[in-house]
Amino acid sequence: MRLRNVRWTFLLAAFCVSCVQAQNRDLLEIRITQGIEGALPIAIVPFDWRADVRPTVDVSAIITGDLRSSGRFAPMPAADLPARPGSFAEVNFKDWRLYGIDNLVIGEVKQIAEDRFSVEFRVIDVISTKQLAGFRIPTNAANLRLTAHHISDLIYEAVLKVKGAFATRIAYVTVSKPLKNRLYQLQIADSDGYNARTILESKEPLLSPSWSPSGDRLAYVSFEEQNSAIYVQNIRTGKREKIAFGRGINSSPAFSPDGRRLAMTRSREGNPDIYILDLTTRKQRRLTTHGAIDTEAQWTKDGRDIVFTSDRGGGPQIYRVAVEGGRPKRLTFNMGDYNSRASLSADGKSMAVVHGTNTGYRIAVVDLDSGNFNVLTSARLDESPSFAPNGAMIIYATMSKNGAELAAVSADGRVRQRLALQTGEVREPAWGPFRK
Amino acid sequence: MTVTRFRWVPVAMVVLFLAACGGSKSTKPIDTPRAGIEDRGISTDEMSEIDAGANSQGLGGEDTYSATVLGNPDDPNSPLSVRVIYFDLDSSNVRSDFSATIEAHAAYLAANSDVSIRLEGHADERGSREYNLALGERRALAVRKRLVLLGASAAQVRAVSYGEERPVSGGSDENSYALNRRVEITY
Repeated sequence: MRLRNVRWTFLLAAFCVSCVQAQNRDLLEIRITQGIEGALPIAIVPFDWRADVRPTVDVSAIITGDLRSSGRFAPMPAADLPARPGSFAEVNFKDWRLYGIDNLVIGEVKQIAEDRFSVEFRVIDVISTKQLAGFRIPTNAANLRLTAHHISDLIYEAVLKVKGAFATRIAYVTVSKPLKNRLYQLQIADSDGYNARTILESKEPLLSPSWSPSGDRLAYVSFEEQNSAIYVQNIRTGKREKIAFGRGINSSPAFSPDGRRLAMTRSREGNPDIYILDLTTRKQRRLTTHGAIDTEAQWTKDGRDIVFTSDRGGGPQIYRVAVEGGRPKRLTFNMGDYNSRASLSADGKSMAVVHGTNTGYRIAVVDLDSGNFNVLTSARLDESPSFAPNGAMIIYATMSKNGAELAAVSADGRVRQRLALQTGEVREPAWGPFRK
Repeated sequence: MTVTRFRWVPVAMVVLFLAACGGSKSTKPIDTPRAGIEDRGISTDEMSEIDAGANSQGLGGEDTYSATVLGNPDDPNSPLSVRVIYFDLDSSNVRSDFSATIEAHAAYLAANSDVSIRLEGHADERGSREYNLALGERRALAVRKRLVLLGASAAQVRAVSYGEERPVSGGSDENSYALNRRVEITY
């Protein structure tokens, strides 16, 4: 079944500190630009709404959008559904099989108290006529959208046996378009682009947002003091702290998997090297000492090694070194003169990089066991790859004729989608961790 | 030795030059380092290293530099009026067509030890931002090194990098890239 092109537009209510009733009417658009053969046919029956208030969000429509955007599912359009069963007993399996549907989702939203809702749903395997999963989730009106993403995660896991990453967030930087008097905003949004909120605004460049493993803090680089400096900001309280500053470059922060340390790039001793900062004691240790550029540190998931970009061999390539020190080992071979900004998958088996050739800069995924690589994208200026926490998708920055926007590609390169602001540029995406 | 010679530059010319500077956007006070940022022990070693290099090669500037250049800062043909140094693709080598510019600025700094400048290194938009930030710094440091070799004091020259974050040309073509690969000198 072929995936249809979907096109949703919606309002982004961007939170603006300085304006009281400011509603930033940037339109964010998500579009699947490349579909796949072999997406699983699934039917999501619109959930019954049993409440004395009007629905604020369409739960089943959000689930449908999530599953479709993953590229792994081909949800049947609501208008084509042959029946709308409300319970397992009402399901006529023959009908669904006739329509080629493998899996069916039914459910309802019930109001329990004034602002308390209960969402129930079941995932049914049409072929075996068995229930794969069934859950009841308590929520409230404000969290209904998040609950819908959570349900998408559970459906994804019930059918594919892999955790879904729809109920996650992304951080990114937006830039107003004119070259002079630019305004930079650090924003956080749901993984589908909704609920965008600005957590920092600056007239000077912002870059390299990096999530803490628990999703409560963001480290980033700000030029607000006329040079690069690293800040760590608490997302809930907005409180932030200047972590590294002063002479030279202070950039490319990355939290350790336990959240206690920060890897970063500093050049105060002459040229850019990787440093490890203990966030509790504030003691820093220089990890690399080569006279070349060493930057863009990432932690391996076990916290033992740092993967980073270095041009010690001529052009930029990816290396790996033990956090305790030692001789770095090169990871990218036979893949050209330019490989940078690594992002590691959750299982540690693969690594997304910016892969430059004389025809452009693209996102490639490297299998770390074999060293084989696969170029996933085809634009001219793709950069900043960031793996989803379940390893299924990679979000990255790309350049279209409309300017800088975000895109996501499945780790196998088969499905791609775009995420664009219609005014201004979006860049530097960082996919957040699973919500606890 | 080089430094001594440039002390002879007439004071009036210096005043004239500073007046010329005042007209540009660099009216902002010269960026003084914030307390607690710069005065950590680490910087000293680096400076003395570069100063040592200056002693051995400083005479090179003396041969090519002409005092009349310093005397006409308003003159658009003066090397001192050039405040942007451009770089080749993937390179931090200071091109020979900017030698006169750098020599003029070095001489001016050598003659005016109370003046300091800021070098802003920039890269074009291709490739990853953090790596470009490092490339921008490499360019700024290359210019700084040349200035110090030619008689400026390391303490007078502060190098920062903006990587690809502050393009002067927004295009994604070779001409824009060539304009964006640069080091800007700010007094």
